[in-house]
Amino acid sequence: MLCATSRFLAATALRAQPRGRGPALRCRRRELHFPGHPEPPLCDFLTGQLGRPSVPAGRRAILRRGRMPPAVGGGLAGSELRARRGRCGSQAARAVSPDVAVEAAARSHKQPAPGSRHFEAAGRWALLALVTLLSFATRFHRLDEPQHICWDETHFGKMGSYYINRTFFFDVHPPLGKMLIGLAGYLSGYDGTFSFQKPGDKYEHHNYMGMRGFCASLGSLLVPFAYLTVLELSKSLPAALLTAALLTFDTGCLTLSQYILLDPILMFFIMAAMLSMVKYNSCADRPFSAPWWFWLSLTGINLAGALGVKFVGLFIIVQVGWNTISDLWHLFGDLSLSLVTVGKHLTARILCLIVLPLALYTATYAVHFMVLNKSGPGDGFFSSAFQARLSGNNLHNASIPEYLAYGSVITVKNLRMAIGYLHSHRHLYPEGIGARQQQVTTYLHKDYNNLWIIKKHNTNSDPLDPSFPVEFVRHGDIIRLEHKETSRNLHSHYHEAPLTRKHYQVTGYGINGTGDSNDFWRIEVVNRKFGNRIKVLRSRIRFIHLVTGCVLGSSGKVLPKWGWEQLEVTCTPYLKETLNSIWNVEDHINPKLPNISLDVLQPSFPEILLESHMVMIRGNNGLKPKDNEFTSKPWHWPINYQGLRFSGINDTDFRVYLLGNPVVWWLNLLSIALYLLSGSIIAVAMQRGARLPPEVEGVLWDTLLRLCAWSLASSSLARGIHTVGIMSLLLGAAYSFYLFHPLAYGMVGPLAQDPRSPMAGLRWLESWDF
Amino acid sequence: MLGFLQRPVVVTADINLNVVALTAVGLLSRLWRLSYPRAVVFDEVYYGQYISFYMKRIFFLDGSGPPLGHMLLALGGYLGGFDGNFLWNRIGAEYSSNVPVWSLRLLPALAGALSVPMAYQIVWELRFSHCAAMGAALLVLIENALITQARLMLLESVLIFFNLLAVLSYLKLCNSQKHGPFSLSWWFWLTLTGVACSCAVGIKYMGVFTYLLVLGVAAVHAWHLIGDRTLSNVCVLCHLLARAVALLVIPVIMYLLFFYVHLVLLCRSGPHDQIMSSAFQASLEGGLARITQGQPLEVAYGSQVTLRNVFGKPVPCWLHSHQNTYPMIYENGRGSSHQQQVTCYPFKDVNNWWIVKDPGRHQLVVNSPPRPVRHGDIVQLVHGMTTRLLNTHDVAAPLSPHSQEVSCYIDYNISMPAQNLWRLDIVNRESSTEVWKTILSEVRFVHVNTSAILKLSGAHLPDWGFRQLEVVGEKLSPGYHESMVWNVEEHRYGRSQEQKERELELHSPTQMDLSRNLSFMARFSELQWRMLTVRSDDSEHKYSSTPLDWVTLDTNIAYWLHPTTSAQIHLLGNIVIWVSASLATVVYALLLCWYLLRRRRSICDLPEDSWLRWVLAGALCAGGWAVNYLPFFLMEKTLFLYHYLPALTFQILLLPVVLQHISDHLCRSQLQRSLFSALVVAWYSCACHVFNTLRPLTYGDKSLSPGELRALRWKESWDILIRKHQ
Repeated sequence: MLCATSRFLAATALRAQPRGRGPALRCRRRELHFPGHPEPPLCDFLTGQLGRPSVPAGRRAILRRGRMPPAVGGGLAGSELRARRGRCGSQAARAVSPDVAVEAAARSHKQPAPGSRHFEAAGRWALLALVTLLSFATRFHRLDEPQHICWDETHFGKMGSYYINRTFFFDVHPPLGKMLIGLAGYLSGYDGTFSFQKPGDKYEHHNYMGMRGFCASLGSLLVPFAYLTVLELSKSLPAALLTAALLTFDTGCLTLSQYILLDPILMFFIMAAMLSMVKYNSCADRPFSAPWWFWLSLTGINLAGALGVKFVGLFIIVQVGWNTISDLWHLFGDLSLSLVTVGKHLTARILCLIVLPLALYTATYAVHFMVLNKSGPGDGFFSSAFQARLSGNNLHNASIPEYLAYGSVITVKNLRMAIGYLHSHRHLYPEGIGARQQQVTTYLHKDYNNLWIIKKHNTNSDPLDPSFPVEFVRHGDIIRLEHKETSRNLHSHYHEAPLTRKHYQVTGYGINGTGDSNDFWRIEVVNRKFGNRIKVLRSRIRFIHLVTGCVLGSSGKVLPKWGWEQLEVTCTPYLKETLNSIWNVEDHINPKLPNISLDVLQPSFPEILLESHMVMIRGNNGLKPKDNEFTSKPWHWPINYQGLRFSGINDTDFRVYLLGNPVVWWLNLLSIALYLLSGSIIAVAMQRGARLPPEVEGVLWDTLLRLCAWSLASSSLARGIHTVGIMSLLLGAAYSFYLFHPLAYGMVGPLAQDPRSPMAGLRWLESWDF
Repeated sequence: MLGFLQRPVVVTADINLNVVALTAVGLLSRLWRLSYPRAVVFDEVYYGQYISFYMKRIFFLDGSGPPLGHMLLALGGYLGGFDGNFLWNRIGAEYSSNVPVWSLRLLPALAGALSVPMAYQIVWELRFSHCAAMGAALLVLIENALITQARLMLLESVLIFFNLLAVLSYLKLCNSQKHGPFSLSWWFWLTLTGVACSCAVGIKYMGVFTYLLVLGVAAVHAWHLIGDRTLSNVCVLCHLLARAVALLVIPVIMYLLFFYVHLVLLCRSGPHDQIMSSAFQASLEGGLARITQGQPLEVAYGSQVTLRNVFGKPVPCWLHSHQNTYPMIYENGRGSSHQQQVTCYPFKDVNNWWIVKDPGRHQLVVNSPPRPVRHGDIVQLVHGMTTRLLNTHDVAAPLSPHSQEVSCYIDYNISMPAQNLWRLDIVNRESSTEVWKTILSEVRFVHVNTSAILKLSGAHLPDWGFRQLEVVGEKLSPGYHESMVWNVEEHRYGRSQEQKERELELHSPTQMDLSRNLSFMARFSELQWRMLTVRSDDSEHKYSSTPLDWVTLDTNIAYWLHPTTSAQIHLLGNIVIWVSASLATVVYALLLCWYLLRRRRSICDLPEDSWLRWVLAGALCAGGWAVNYLPFFLMEKTLFLYHYLPALTFQILLLPVVLQHISDHLCRSQLQRSLFSALVVAWYSCACHVFNTLRPLTYGDKSLSPGELRALRWKESWDILIRKHQ
């Protein structure tokens, strides 16, 4: 079957007449002259008709309008153009005329008979359908297994559930991917009740297939996208087919597409952006036409999608941006276009590639905040004002006393995002780390241990006694902060802090509120806007230690296990004003004071957007591997050094192991190396003034095989060698997939060391631990 | 042959008096009262200790940069006859009489002084006018921060010197390329470019940026050379080869040479030995070498060994066991095997000794001839003092519950059987039957029953474990990690049959004869790797700053304060130069964009040669600024104002270039041109005035009154020290 199709392919490939700029290129590909090799007859009539034998002019035409993306021909195109256009003067004008000739020739060229065109178009569609079908078949095969949580499904499935339950959470990735997962779950009848606790938990009656199916279908679409992209770039069916086969038969892609993860969604958007960029490049000769606009805006939409799923989507934006800039640069240098036209081009790109994606990206956040309106596990990461929006949060529709008074019970939050509340608990600093007194940390979650009582430094009388008048705390007052749960005072002294050695340690000290003079802090309002009194949530305050003169702050470093991995609190002797040492009062309880409503605090949408980005960036920076996690290094990835256990360890478990198909991956590496090598040889040769056959533009393997074939033998044999080469690559990929498929589809039974295992003998690297 | 008899020997001296004069004032500004203050100023305290190490030839490890810079400073000490006896512990400490302050500070000062005429040369070689070249040199001359930095035992001025030298010699090369490639001077400048680049890299890693810049410019020029069709293929190839040798091979060789000299000089063991591997330590005089000298090389059954963990983090330590057992129940309620503890102990101790035993035999002595242990052999490890066997089993380790507990097995007569067989896995083996060698072999112990690997988890045990480090059996082994690798450090063949005798034997030092040496490349690669990975704790510093503060000079560093008066030295730039150099960069960037866009539309504002000059000047000066400045935004270490000085120097070079360009091409009439010149003169005198005003803070020679000091605090963020009671 495969064999037959490919012969058919070869036939279509030879007869294919791509539209637009195609004919000249196709034809020249055939008329390639190698010494001592008779000219293939196929293109004779075309060359005759064109009547323009010079190769470089044609190249120039292609390069000028082709705007090949950098991955394939950009380097060459760039250098060529620079050589030709870099100089001022009339050369540019001269360069224009041959293009016109080519274009005219292309248009006047006789079209093939309509019947064969129909046949050919049908063949193309059939192939595309075949590729898509094969891709879907591989991705959906045994999709429901294993019937338990695998790997990061525990996170992303859980976050999907949060959307269904509308509870607020925090994650380091932008929301689009998880929203789509949630939507897929919702539409497929999942009710959000499964708790996604840890990998290995059984799904039982919960409907998880909707979410997996959604990810798998996006993952399956990668293959046709890649197929179309390569087809568009190379105009070579065998090359495109090879791409599709390599991608279909890659066990790594397959495994990643089969579970509830962000990666298939991300890859979908990236590939879609790539495809639409390539498509719109090939529309470049018809600017402002409907397909041009369509592909351009589709590129923008996909960029928004890629960025909306994960921040690594930025890289595809960089690539598209680079392509656009070089495109604009070429247009700008084209003296036949007026500045107004260039301006239009620029505006169109700004609209479609900057404004549109930004708007869509913002829109995803708008939806995100609209959907998630209940208080949830992510509250503590955000500022007090932000939390007031969430129903169920104690700040929602809350009313608290406005000004701080002595005797108030308060929580104190650091102004730097994602630091948290000033916290203490009944655990001492361990031996050898400063004084052995009670720990003071910051903590991101709400907790009774975050409560502090504000007291005068010199009296220990209960200020809540109704006989005393209310006394407000003012800027510059000397105060004591007593921890409500443990009745110890916030304390600092000349001992070094546990992690930041140049700062002083902060502890909880004293018994029942009686301590010493090291418990005294001067409270200061930064940029006093509200007079001398201290306003809840609004006033930015600092605590200055009276004896040492240092400022209370949090270094943002995570304490080791003895500190429960909360963040370190220090007293810094450097009085530089950073957000780390500025705090605000969040909760405030004082029965003697009247409450005011907090609705005035509602932040605007841009504020929320900015804040959530800051929190995400900090969260991303804060991600680090824990003790028992083994991480891989970037250089491991391309060489397929190590896989990842998705599920199961022992021989009785259902084991899934994420590992790229080594044949495919190493072939990729080889291709990249060969491409770089041939590219640099060609570049140097061209710089030395050598004329090169246009063949070298093709996609690597296809071209190499063709070149080999041509230089070796006569035309019929050449075609044979070419076909055999392509077929062997295809079959090789398929066979390696057959060998490695148990990794992706899961296996039960003995481990790979055992000769009875399906993977016996396939552990080609020590580091693969399946 | 006897040509000189027929024609007289003529020497034509072509002396540019400008250069001579600039050199003279440069020397004057940098060398004036060089040995004042006779006290440790700022980072001298840091570099000084290394100078002392060089003088005493004691090995040290400094992660801040390659050794050339330290060696150059030490050269000054050597020439001045410094014996290295000074305690570098406090900024402001008075130097004792044996410290040759003048000669220690001489080299950086000379480098700083020579930067002045070099600035002149560079702008001149960029084909700008003498006037512009003089301007550049005079700006470098009166830049206060450069003066301060050059007058002390610090490395920035030397780095700047080599950066400028690299650029200058490359420019000379380009200019001699036109009239005589492969001439003597061409070769000289080509080689000098490579040498200067490698010296820059050798002083600080930062030098890499300038090196890359020069390489980049050279690559572009080489590309044009390839495109030059008037040259034959062979000629092009020669050009490329010569450049490759001079700019790639020579720097590598030079860099290795620095390390070679460094290692030859530092041959004695010192305080940083512990960080290095056993093999490295054994190559130093004293220290470990004294112990390991003459040990048997091959480990045999019956050998007595100490096992050091290769990872060395958090501290280097040895596999250790002692009488105490794991507590029955841990604090968090989990249970243990209650067997004898096995830990990793960072000090030498008799309890670090283990005996390699053949599981099939009972004896603990070495046969004669010794039977060596090979890769893949199954062994048992017997703790020397307690004669218990190293064991691991399916019990969670005390602090890392994901891993197995490692213990010395005690037979309690309960369900848990002994599992004390270990397969030896030599990691750095060359053949599959490699013999286990002392110091050289890096081995893993794979547990036979559970395939767990003996590993240092790095966690400190609580009080019951005497705060020693935890050792575990890692079961979820994801491949190679250094914390699982051990090497034999001390080694002797066991001779004693009886336990009492054996204990005596264990207490006695090892003595036998065999010596071994590490090759230079092995020592180099280890040292380089450690230097790059050694973590200095990222300490916050009072005067640390961020790269954004530098451009506008929002920060300064107080270097030194006189113990009694208020004379003080600050690293503080000439703010006029500082700001105008930044402005010039902006103007350059804007003009360049404007010209590029116009040229793209085929409108040429500049003639071709002046355009090329403009671009080359930008590539080297603005490029030099960018490559020396922008990478700091990505660095996580503590940054100081002086990190900006190399970038600043390049920026200053750009300033006269931009000024001349404006005067030549943008001033339309003669009147405008004269007006512009007048403005430039006014601006320069302003800069001179600022230099003069800040001079007391640069040289620290004059004690200012609090009022005067307060008047100098032009920016809120400048930290000028004012004594409260005077």
